[in-house]
Amino acid sequence: MIHLLTSNWSAFISGFGWTLLSSILALFFSLIIGSLFAILEVVPNKALRIIGNVYVEIFRNIPLLVITMFFYLVIPLYIVKINGFTAGTIGLTIYTSAFIAETVRAGINSVDPGQMEAARSQGMTFWKAMRYIVLPQAFKYVIPPLGNQFVNLVKNSSVLAFVAGFDLMYQGNAIASQTFETVNTYVIVGIFYLIITLPISYYMQHLEKKLA
Amino acid sequence: MSSMIEFRNVQKYYGEFHALKDINLEIDKGETVVLIGPSGSGKSTLSRTVNGLETIQEGQLIVNGRDIADKTTDINRIRRDVGMVFQHFNLYANKDVLENIMLAPRIVLKMNEEENKKQAMALLDQVGLADKAHNMPSQISGGQKQRVAIARSLAMKPRCMLFDEPTSALDPEMIDDVLGVIKYVTSQSDMTSLIVTHEMGFAQEVANRVIFMADGQVLEDDSKDKFFDHPTNERARQFLSKIIKH
Ligand SMILES: Nc1ncnc2c1ncn2[C@@H]1O[C@H](COP(=O)(O)OP(=O)(O)O)[C@@H](O)[C@H]1O
Ligand SMILES: [Mg+2]
Repeated sequence: MIHLLTSNWSAFISGFGWTLLSSILALFFSLIIGSLFAILEVVPNKALRIIGNVYVEIFRNIPLLVITMFFYLVIPLYIVKINGFTAGTIGLTIYTSAFIAETVRAGINSVDPGQMEAARSQGMTFWKAMRYIVLPQAFKYVIPPLGNQFVNLVKNSSVLAFVAGFDLMYQGNAIASQTFETVNTYVIVGIFYLIITLPISYYMQHLEKKLA
Repeated sequence: MSSMIEFRNVQKYYGEFHALKDINLEIDKGETVVLIGPSGSGKSTLSRTVNGLETIQEGQLIVNGRDIADKTTDINRIRRDVGMVFQHFNLYANKDVLENIMLAPRIVLKMNEEENKKQAMALLDQVGLADKAHNMPSQISGGQKQRVAIARSLAMKPRCMLFDEPTSALDPEMIDDVLGVIKYVTSQSDMTSLIVTHEMGFAQEVANRVIFMADGQVLEDDSKDKFFDHPTNERARQFLSKIIKH
């Protein structure tokens, strides 16, 4: 197994790098997009709430692979040429953002409605009340489930393999089919995933304890 | 005297439920009005319509010269002038006591930071809690929370205050301190107050007027003396005799 690792070192590392990059990009953008849609789901304006709901329900209930294929095959046909890595990362971002929106919305709903009422009664706009009072309190409810979402995101990034995204899973498939050392290859791939996901898990647990 | 709050044929529904039935009410600037009535009669609903926390479906509700049912009215502008004190205090849980008082003046009124802090400390002093400035809400007692909540409202320099059962969630030994602060607030000649309470002794002390509600209707609206001496409405009489026996 050591030999397998060293002789395919650069392929593994490059796959690891693309997986890491895709995960970081998707994490960053899905957090922003997800939080925005979470807030849309709780605004006083009904039309905006419906938009938020529709977005979340659609993308949460379609398989990630389908969303990714859509971006890989359909977007280049009509709009702009994108490679597998980009398509996969966009798919991952959108899919994850729907789950993050649900998580953040649940966090917002856990905050005592009296907090929003007090803020509004003092003349704060809905957005100011959100920013200064509700979201900071929602944050601590959101940390544990958000940690799960981040770990899921990293694992789900293996969808890039289906669209030639050059990620860890893609490289693993290639190495396995060249060397026929299928089991060992996927063990190594698994370990590389753990290198990313375990620190996230531990860090989130640590953060959770600190906030409690 | 001109009026601070005026209800004109106001109807309020929660879905099908008719919560406020044709309310007509005028509260003058400087008046202290106590609102009483059995649980579920619509007291909270009525007071919460005054600052738009509940919307009304019909009629007009003029607060400080502006009709809050009018779509073009800026509700946030009205709320600056109308303080609200809640039964469960609703202090900002993520801010310490001082920040609870300073936040809205800073971000709504854009008050100068130095002046804001000076005012906040003066208010804390007034409610007897200057030494709690840097405590979090979770670290102070219910009575202290309510006094901070009153200071927080006063920091906006309101013309009108709404109190919705401000002492109902408090242990008995904490009630007097809070009532003392409210009494001081209502004694300021230009302050208009609407107070929902079951504290009849306190009502007799501070009220100019008493309003009795039941089933979403105003059944009696009298000067304090008339109300406590000989209320005309039968249900008001029954309610009083029950509540005073306790
Ligand atoms: N958000 C709401 N949705 C539906 N019904 C409500 C709501 N708030 C109050 N009610 C109903 O309106 C009536 C008046 O309530 P409320 O104003 O809280 O009474 P009070 O403060 O006098 O106890 C009650 O029957 C209550 O159940
Ligand atoms: Mg009530």
